[in-house]
Amino acid sequence: MRKGTLKQILLITDGCSNHGEDPVAMAALAREQGITVNVIGVLDKDTIDESGLREIEGIAMSGGGVSQVVYAKQLSQTVQMVTRKAMTQTLQGVINRELKQILGSDVTMEDLPPEKRGEVMEVVDELGETVELEVLILVDTSGSMKTKLPTVKEALFDLSLSLNARIGDNHFAVFVFPGKRGDVEKILDWTPKLEALSTVFPKLTSGGLTPTGPALREALTYFKKKRSLRSLISGDEQYFEESSM
Amino acid sequence: MMNNTLKNHLCKLPSGYVIVGKWHKHSYKIIKPLGKGANGVVYLAESPKGLVAVKLSDNSTAITSEVNVLKHFSKVQGVALGPSLLDVDDWFDPYGKKIVCFYVMEYIKGEDFLAFIQKRGKEWIVVLILQLLSDLEKLHQEGWVFGDLKPENLLVVGQAPKIRLLDVGGTTLKGRAIKEFTEFYDRGYWGMGSRKAEPSYDLFSVAMIMMNACYLKRFEKKGNGREQLMKMIDADETLRKYRKVLMRAIAGKYDHAREMHHELMAVVMDESSRTKTNSRANQSRKGAVQQRYQKRKKHSGILETALIVMFLLFMYVMYLYGELL
Ligand SMILES: Nc1ncnc2c1ncn2[C@@H]1O[C@H](COP(=O)(O)OP(=O)(O)OP(=O)(O)O)[C@@H](O)[C@H]1O
Ligand SMILES: [Mg+2]
Repeated sequence: MRKGTLKQILLITDGCSNHGEDPVAMAALAREQGITVNVIGVLDKDTIDESGLREIEGIAMSGGGVSQVVYAKQLSQTVQMVTRKAMTQTLQGVINRELKQILGSDVTMEDLPPEKRGEVMEVVDELGETVELEVLILVDTSGSMKTKLPTVKEALFDLSLSLNARIGDNHFAVFVFPGKRGDVEKILDWTPKLEALSTVFPKLTSGGLTPTGPALREALTYFKKKRSLRSLISGDEQYFEESSM
Repeated sequence: MMNNTLKNHLCKLPSGYVIVGKWHKHSYKIIKPLGKGANGVVYLAESPKGLVAVKLSDNSTAITSEVNVLKHFSKVQGVALGPSLLDVDDWFDPYGKKIVCFYVMEYIKGEDFLAFIQKRGKEWIVVLILQLLSDLEKLHQEGWVFGDLKPENLLVVGQAPKIRLLDVGGTTLKGRAIKEFTEFYDRGYWGMGSRKAEPSYDLFSVAMIMMNACYLKRFEKKGNGREQLMKMIDADETLRKYRKVLMRAIAGKYDHAREMHHELMAVVMDESSRTKTNSRANQSRKGAVQQRYQKRKKHSGILETALIVMFLLFMYVMYLYGELL
């Protein structure tokens, strides 16, 4: 089996978008391109409102990813858990499709007897450990997020620590929205280490608009550019196209 | 969604309720819940073969990888590195109307690690930690790293108290990324190293378990992790004695559990012999070590008790040492 690259967007936000396209639709678009969208909702002390919660769940669902709402304090553990969980989920989707090809019928892992399941799991584990991973991190820096940004930064360092313990390669890029000029702004280009972030993050200024949809749309093009450039060189196919879970 | 997806009713199965496996058709009669965690709920249950522990979860991935680890462990003859695995199956949950995965393991009847120490005294910390290090050495030799090492995953069992490891959810093949961890015991959180599964990862957690056992609480990281931990060690009478070993474990200086075992043992022996000479030389002086036993002793003969305890500890340690070799 050929190894491809797992592509994820990790959206960190604290509430509702209020500008531009519907982010749920943009997440569906991402999924069509084989990119999983995960969402982490960050709370202060108060609880999040219904519509915010619905948006967070909606984006992750249509983006084939995982969502989780947490208090700022628990962010570190959550960010790495969500990313890992989404990886396993995507890989399992791939394996399930392979199983269907081998066994013909509509077989998923749960239909296998527990003895066989273990072997499949070992393959998923192995892949999760060795697969190449691209995570584009999209951070909401609109007004209310300002106080949470130091925690976000810490959580991202922690994510880098967790993922870099894997055998496979990682590529991270960090974008914030709204940007200084446009809807979205790149603050860290593709790099294996998120530690480079330390110099850039504190300089952010927060604005009033929350253009989550446009930010997601733009993030996609960023994957694509990179993709086409790389595939020109390596010509590798996209193996992990969607997550069917 | 991945938050507490475990349905409420799964945690509240009534005693007497019978679970029948879909594949192997074995039945298990629930007696009571033993505990629950992030991944599932564990029940004490009755089976034709006696008492067992049943772990249920709607996260089949987690259950499957734990089963994989337990299977590997059962191949290690003669050493109990985790509860032994008895059965793996699915159960159709009539309330949630879906399949729930479970596995059945040996029921380990024991006492919570921290509760045991609180009840029996701090001198047990080093004894239990030495036992733990011996078990970890074997586990590492098998090519695994425990990962999520913390007091909740340790039980103290039996008349001759012996530590046992529980919950292999974090157990990872050497060289891979640690699967599951808890911040306080994680060297990554303290800025003291990577999350790669290697023996030194577990040994850091061991040091933190000792901290936890002495302070009886966890604390948050503030500023420089290394300095903060060093201060916490110096501020506690028990920890101070093992300062050198703790600091080396925290700095990731031990490549093998047996090295940490060896050096910890050396400190204990040294301590015992020093106490003996001290008390002979100066009968009236109250040493720090003796003072610790004062509270537990109502009448006279503080010294005598201290000596007996030290002697017993010494003998126990010698016994362990002999067993290890
Ligand atoms: N074999 C066993 N014998 C006795 N008690 C057990 C056994 N297995 C688990 N327990 C009890 O159940 C509790 C929860 O089990 P376990 O740690 O496996 O769950 P978990 O969901 O993986 O938790 P965690 O959040 O630590 O990952 C344990 O802390 C322990 O008290
Ligand atoms: Mg666990």
